[in-house]
Amino acid sequence: MTPLVAISGLSVSFDGAAALHGVDLSLAPGEALGLVGESGSGKSVTWLAALGLLPPHAAVSGSVRLEGAEILGAPASTLDRLRGGRVAMIFQDPASSLNPVLTIGKQIGEALALHRGLDGRARMAEAKRLLDLVGMPDSARRLSAYPHELSGGQNQRAMIAMALAGRPDLLIADEPTTALDVTIQAQILELLASLRKETGMALVLISHDLGVVAETCDRVAVMYAGRIVEEAPALALFEAPRHPYAEGLIGALPLLDGPRRRLTAIPGTVPDPREAPPGCAFAPRCPKAASACAGAVPALTEVGPARRAACFFPLRSTPSRAERKVTA
Amino acid sequence: MTPLLEAEGLARVYASRRGVFGRPVAVRAVDHVSLRLGRGETLGVVGESGSGKSTAGRLLLGFEAPDEGEARFDGAAMPPPGSPEWRRLRARMQMIYQDPLGALDRRLTVAAQVKEPLDIHGIGAPEDRAARAAELLAATGLSARIGARRPHELSGGQRQRAVIARALATRPDLLVCDEPVSALDVSIQAQVVNLLSDLQAELGLAMIFISHDLRVVRQISARVAVMYLGRIVEEGAADDIFARPVHPYTKALVSAAPAPGKTGKRILLEGEPPNPAARPSGCAFHPRCAVAVPRCRAEVPSLADLGAGRRAACHLVAPLSGQEAA
Repeated sequence: MTPLVAISGLSVSFDGAAALHGVDLSLAPGEALGLVGESGSGKSVTWLAALGLLPPHAAVSGSVRLEGAEILGAPASTLDRLRGGRVAMIFQDPASSLNPVLTIGKQIGEALALHRGLDGRARMAEAKRLLDLVGMPDSARRLSAYPHELSGGQNQRAMIAMALAGRPDLLIADEPTTALDVTIQAQILELLASLRKETGMALVLISHDLGVVAETCDRVAVMYAGRIVEEAPALALFEAPRHPYAEGLIGALPLLDGPRRRLTAIPGTVPDPREAPPGCAFAPRCPKAASACAGAVPALTEVGPARRAACFFPLRSTPSRAERKVTA
Repeated sequence: MTPLLEAEGLARVYASRRGVFGRPVAVRAVDHVSLRLGRGETLGVVGESGSGKSTAGRLLLGFEAPDEGEARFDGAAMPPPGSPEWRRLRARMQMIYQDPLGALDRRLTVAAQVKEPLDIHGIGAPEDRAARAAELLAATGLSARIGARRPHELSGGQRQRAVIARALATRPDLLVCDEPVSALDVSIQAQVVNLLSDLQAELGLAMIFISHDLRVVRQISARVAVMYLGRIVEEGAADDIFARPVHPYTKALVSAAPAPGKTGKRILLEGEPPNPAARPSGCAFHPRCAVAVPRCRAEVPSLADLGAGRRAACHLVAPLSGQEAA
């Protein structure tokens, strides 16, 4: 089966400082992929580069194929049709992504006119239907509301409605719930999951919160310093991470139940891209680093069923429950 | 023994107006908040936006005077903000905010800023203060090399360490932390949480830890108070309250907290966190509560003692009795 999106060797550098070092990632139609990592790991840059949304001074190379067709470096007219059409993106702060002087209905209407050619009454009816679909309370009245009249959660629902206007095959959600309260976050995550079920669209969920990603996604890719360091089915990753950075992220997360234990903090900080260490970028912070780690960059290789890790000394572990299920 | 900090019926009312010509509406940001904090204890305060948790923190520190009720520090009433007694009290209580860059002076080196409170409060001999500042930086994991830098040359985690070092300079009895790790990456967040736990245990600090993140609050607190629209709706031991929440709002919060491998159906709250300017009648939570009965619309539930160190404000919660409560 052709993947929906196939990214290979995607590299990005800003004024000579490399932000992304040859990322390979593919996504099946309808799949939910989580992308986790700390600030500066390249999780947002990957998708901004793929969609041609980076500023001109960014040097981008590699390949991004959407159902087999190359879109990296595609002409602006192609990308304009694609963005907001087959591929939609929503961001952390809906209030700053929405236009403050246009009503919600007008903004959703613009997307409908551009990607679906709707106008007049049909456009408004479809805009209202989309607001209903994303669970906006009192949708008919909200069409004439301005973003400042809505709460953060309602604005994010409006953004999602706008993203759905082009009937996307892929929705990229970049920290969609980070600015929201926890009960509203739960509502939005539930909404994304049910929309995916209803429309069959694929979802890329970018988040620094492993808990959020674990619950929403089938598969998770962990990024560090511009590279994917581990890729695994979501449950398997949490039960038995193979890369020390993934293990560190999980250990740094306090739990809500069970006995309280001291958090295993990862020492140090994410390296500055201009002063990247030689070899494995995580080696200076890694409890298991050996001399080999400073010598070369470990490649992302198969370490189990549907699992890849980029480490010379991947953590040994008994097959997790989830992995046993995969092999069975 | 008198508790270090004691609050009785604290309320803070702001006047808010909707639009330029709107009539001012009284907003009760904090309403009837009573709590006690012993020496060396840690109290976590959780709640969503508009719950009044930050305002409660400022009232407890005496940064703002309450409109009703009283906060007592070490057995004495909080002096009015700005008075000389109030200034002297600053040395004994300190606050840490979410944004360390905003809390630091961009023009001064970190070491100079950690030394500043020692000069202001006249602590120690002037010639010893630089050494004490270096000691404080070392205690928070910052080297002398980093101490010589200015805030913009530091990472987010290092800045928050510097703010903590400065807050500890006067050897305070009480530290109020308002979302101190919310802006930090997970791995750095764990470093700062561990640091705060260690310092708290070493120095016997009493701490109020305000956050929207239940997981971080549980990690660091002995007791937790859950706030909703200006009031405490449930209070209990940190390990207990999230394992066996009794208030429907706490239940929903626990259920909404994301966790790897979480199974079972989530309790999804209907609607938005309500607007403090349009506070629902009776129990403020009733419009979003799945189990609300007519009484909840009419009558404000009081924060009742349920036994076993638990308090909850809900008409439908019965006192805990031994095993049955679990």
